[in-house]
Amino acid sequence: MANMSITKVPMPEQEPNVRNHNFKEVATGYTAEMAVEEAARCLQCKNRPCTNGCPVNVPIPDFIAKIAQNDFEGAYDVITSENALPAICGRVCPQENQCEGQCVRGRKGEPVGIGRLERFAADYHMANAESKPVRIEKNGKKVAVVGSGPAGITCAGELIKKGYDVTVFEALHQAGGVLSYGIPEFRLPKALVAKEIETIAKLGVDIRTNVVVGRSVTVDELMADGYDAVFIGSGAGLPRFLNIPGENLLGVYSANEFLTRVNLMKAYRFPETPTPVKIGKNVAVVGAGNVAMDAARTAKRLGAENVYIVYRRSEEELPARAEEVHHAKEEGIIFRLLNNPAAILGNEDGWVCGIEVVKQQLGEPDESGRRSPVPIEGSNYRMDVDTVIIAIGQSPNPLIRQTTPGLDTQRWGGIIVEEETMATSKEGVYAGGDTVTGAATVILAMGAGKKAAAAIDAKLSAGE
Amino acid sequence: MYKILKKEILNNSVELMEIKAPYVARKCEAGQFVILRVDRDGERIPLTIADFDRDRETVEIIYQKVGYSTERLSEKQEGDTIEDFVGPLGQPAPLPYDAKHVIGIAGGVGAAPLYPQLRALHEKGVRVDVIIGGRSGEFVILADRFAEFCDHVYLATNDGSVGKQGFVTDVLTELLENGADYDHAIAIGPLVMMKAVVGVTKPIGLPTSVSLNPIMIDGTGMCGGCRVTVGGQTRFACVDGPDFDGFEVDFDECMKRQTMFREEEHVCKIGRGE
Repeated sequence: MANMSITKVPMPEQEPNVRNHNFKEVATGYTAEMAVEEAARCLQCKNRPCTNGCPVNVPIPDFIAKIAQNDFEGAYDVITSENALPAICGRVCPQENQCEGQCVRGRKGEPVGIGRLERFAADYHMANAESKPVRIEKNGKKVAVVGSGPAGITCAGELIKKGYDVTVFEALHQAGGVLSYGIPEFRLPKALVAKEIETIAKLGVDIRTNVVVGRSVTVDELMADGYDAVFIGSGAGLPRFLNIPGENLLGVYSANEFLTRVNLMKAYRFPETPTPVKIGKNVAVVGAGNVAMDAARTAKRLGAENVYIVYRRSEEELPARAEEVHHAKEEGIIFRLLNNPAAILGNEDGWVCGIEVVKQQLGEPDESGRRSPVPIEGSNYRMDVDTVIIAIGQSPNPLIRQTTPGLDTQRWGGIIVEEETMATSKEGVYAGGDTVTGAATVILAMGAGKKAAAAIDAKLSAGE
Repeated sequence: MYKILKKEILNNSVELMEIKAPYVARKCEAGQFVILRVDRDGERIPLTIADFDRDRETVEIIYQKVGYSTERLSEKQEGDTIEDFVGPLGQPAPLPYDAKHVIGIAGGVGAAPLYPQLRALHEKGVRVDVIIGGRSGEFVILADRFAEFCDHVYLATNDGSVGKQGFVTDVLTELLENGADYDHAIAIGPLVMMKAVVGVTKPIGLPTSVSLNPIMIDGTGMCGGCRVTVGGQTRFACVDGPDFDGFEVDFDECMKRQTMFREEEHVCKIGRGE
């Protein structure tokens, strides 16, 4: 009997004014009873619009049916037939634009809480189930994967299951890529990321940290070393700056630096951990994507009194996930929309003491289809802030394209691939994720990793 | 984990370690650096490579005990391991192989990264001299090793305990005044020293490269913490450097940026009851 409630079973969360002082996870997750109740809202549509909206095609109605029948482990098996990182996707996917955006229940009321249910099944499995030892027949072929973020880990997981020997090369001391250094603990607990990666390592993937491809070893050297294919999933790690005066003042961070200090280096526990981060009383975060929301909410948790999102377009164009914007507002983040910084101001010692901001109005749509901001002349004003975090996007890291002859890239640095196979211009080399698209989402990177794995398998097994 | 094959105490605060690190040793060139973490949850600290042995797959680092993490590193002994060791990072130093006579100028522990650069030049037939400076005699390091290939090794100390009493720039100025025919200088040491060297070489148009070691985290271009202004442009020392044209570096900005976490460096010691 379907549950015809027009709203989702509410997600238990820490109170906004409690959680904005700690780094524990904001949403605490459904209980079994809540999950079964929410699962009963699914109408089990024949044509499965939700699955079509999923970049990795999880058979969503099937896993929801299992939850409704109290078969939680069965639900997990259904999800993992297509998605190697369900605990992560359940938390960070922009469901409103994907599966839930297509859900029939969403036409009248809220869609089924697919993300919440996916998270429930994954968390249930982690808490209760022993992972079953899998016997994989080796096929004697070797694939190298560059980067251990969502694209690389997914590609590696798919290939190891097909019998390949897979080595993942990670530049940092810890695997996970953006899941480790970028997304904060309160949104994606690091213990959970470690566990998902461990699952893949247990299948036999050799994860080598501290190897910078493009420096420690090149793509050509990997090929010469006997790898039959290379997948590049090196992400978009190069921070963009505004190129306005004052950006090198003390107290100005790229969002990458700020978040890496806090997430990867655990600066929120300083001085218990030795890597520091410095946060002032008044913080301006420039930008309004997911990274900007993460930076703003992190700044608040570190003790900043006033944290501003400074964004040059309006509410309608906000690129962050709806839930992140909602949570940020609940936690007291102040939105200064239609505002664009013109300069960062410093004191005699070289520290930030304010930003000069110009108000904007919206003009004609630009290339991205969003209405473009136009400065309002004479509207400049000063905001008193002592910390500025620049979160206006990242570009692909140049180390690999600079050291890999024959690898064609876009003018802005993205690696060019054939869309169906993720094959690059260089024989045997594939790429996917942010290094191809520029900064995008975890699930799109996973989709690309999966597609590349299928193409690599098709190519390498055709030779037999 | 990376094994410490050798440890040598060079003076009260400066030590040398030889680390087994195959990926770094196979590819590194003079001027490049590594990032290491002593233990789990440790800081990532950048150190310029002092020497390497491709056959034995080892890398030599020389560090000064200046804060929490280098103190922890110093507690490690031969045969122990350190948690992480990644590299080579940065660009190889753009060495002036077409120069005829190069003067290297080192301040304190800056002698370590200067050593492989001058040796590489010597191996290509460039004549090299070196000036090594330090607070007092014990801070003047590697003089014997430089002497193996440098035509002249000049020393300077603040207290006059070894070599000339004064700064490396005093020695440099004197050499230049006496007609030394240097056509390139490489200065590596504290920012204030490199700035002073450029103060001497720039007016006479003696090309000078310097090596920067700003605050950074990942060392791969990801954090942007190491940004420096060179020739009016923002560059990342970790991927565009660490060596730059000394005439173009904004040293004053570098010196300010180096103080970003000064209070925290203090708290880090107090917070741990040191």
